[in-house]
Amino acid sequence: MTLTKRIIPCLDVKNGRVVKGLNFESIKDAGDPVELATKYSNEGADELVFLDITASDEQRATIKDLVRKVASVIDIPFTVGGGVKSLDDARNILLNGADKVGINTGAIKNPKVITELMELFGRQCVVIAIDAKKNYDVKENVTVFYENGKKFWFEVFIYGGKEGTGLDAVIWSKKAEQMGAGEILLTSIDKDGTKDGYDITLTKAIVDTLSIPVIASGGCGKPDDMVEIFEKSNVDAALAASIFHYETHGVIGVKTFLKDKKIPVRL
Amino acid sequence: MVNVAIFDYGAGNIFSLKNSLERVGATVDVITDFDKPNEYSGILLPGVGNFDPAMNSIRDFSKTQFLDYVGNTPVLGICLGMEMFFEKSQEGQEKGLGVINGEVIILPNSMKVPHMGWNDLEIKKPGKILEGVDDGSWVYFVHSYRVKPTSDDIITAESNYGIKVPAVVEHENFFGTQFHPEKSSTVGKIMIKNFLDVCKR
Repeated sequence: MTLTKRIIPCLDVKNGRVVKGLNFESIKDAGDPVELATKYSNEGADELVFLDITASDEQRATIKDLVRKVASVIDIPFTVGGGVKSLDDARNILLNGADKVGINTGAIKNPKVITELMELFGRQCVVIAIDAKKNYDVKENVTVFYENGKKFWFEVFIYGGKEGTGLDAVIWSKKAEQMGAGEILLTSIDKDGTKDGYDITLTKAIVDTLSIPVIASGGCGKPDDMVEIFEKSNVDAALAASIFHYETHGVIGVKTFLKDKKIPVRL
Repeated sequence: MVNVAIFDYGAGNIFSLKNSLERVGATVDVITDFDKPNEYSGILLPGVGNFDPAMNSIRDFSKTQFLDYVGNTPVLGICLGMEMFFEKSQEGQEKGLGVINGEVIILPNSMKVPHMGWNDLEIKKPGKILEGVDDGSWVYFVHSYRVKPTSDDIITAESNYGIKVPAVVEHENFFGTQFHPEKSSTVGKIMIKNFLDVCKR
């Protein structure tokens, strides 16, 4: 055997509850974070990702306690992201029981924080989250793709998918790796919430550019979507939320399905 | 009740390790130097940080040398903690603890580095940490370096990541795992418990 593909339930947390949105908008409640974390951990999830999408900084202060509570009930790796701007934010999360810290907007605004974190805590703690969206307005110095006769590139978005940066996702991912990222959490904004499958073009482009692990995210609606992304790209992990939260498929069901399709999983 | 100490290099999450020890019945102190007498049944060197800063924190902040402090107390080194048992590492310039002959080398760049995720164990020989652990068990790795002991005799289990990665080493009262037992679900829990059993003896 060898290294398995990781199946990662994601908990988007807002004001202390797990929520799920469509295309980063229209949010609905999906349960209690500690309960869901316990359940996924016991069912054989390979890792948990916990994204704090609470809007304001005051409300975010409570996230520390929640991280601690979740960390005390699980015995699998645990990544926490959302609103991490500084070294202090990251330290706070790691000292409260997270194994890795995810940074998105904070890393775009201040890329040096990637290197600082790496030097202090080690590369394995540093997950750079990239939210990317197709942009059909092709400009110079971007990585151009063709699909259905149309040219486009992938633009990095920040502030939870609200604001374009003009940055090319492929170029940014390479820079993040060079600065000290240990892993990339790659979300397709176009696909997120659609249950239409992962963005294969995006995932493949980033995976083939980097030598650090990549987690595919956005668009998973059924186990077959995971099979597809693992067969068509060399991605290391697949993240999903709604298929696990609403009991459409349990973690065990998904992993059994993948194993039958010859995808190496821990089961 | 078994009382153990985690040495904190000041570099990240030791909460999970502390938690995993407490779950199997240990009481845990976190220490940052070796200047008080050693009253512990076991000592843990956790797996988060960088080689040089971690070695410095072990070597430079105490009047007592680590190995004098430890004596015959069982020590579990996890990931970086295990790497520090060796003489030197390509991750840094500092000397290691040198309790095991050999060095720590970087994973080849033909592989994805870090080696991150669940890999299965190939058990080479019986060992105290591996009691009750099945061959082929899944454990969680996250590392960019691997150990290269002078003698393979101390390796009780390895993992195949395209290349062979020594996964568990045992030498006298020093036990090391390249993976993170505290993050390796029920299999990891067995190993943590095994270590505490060694501590009780």
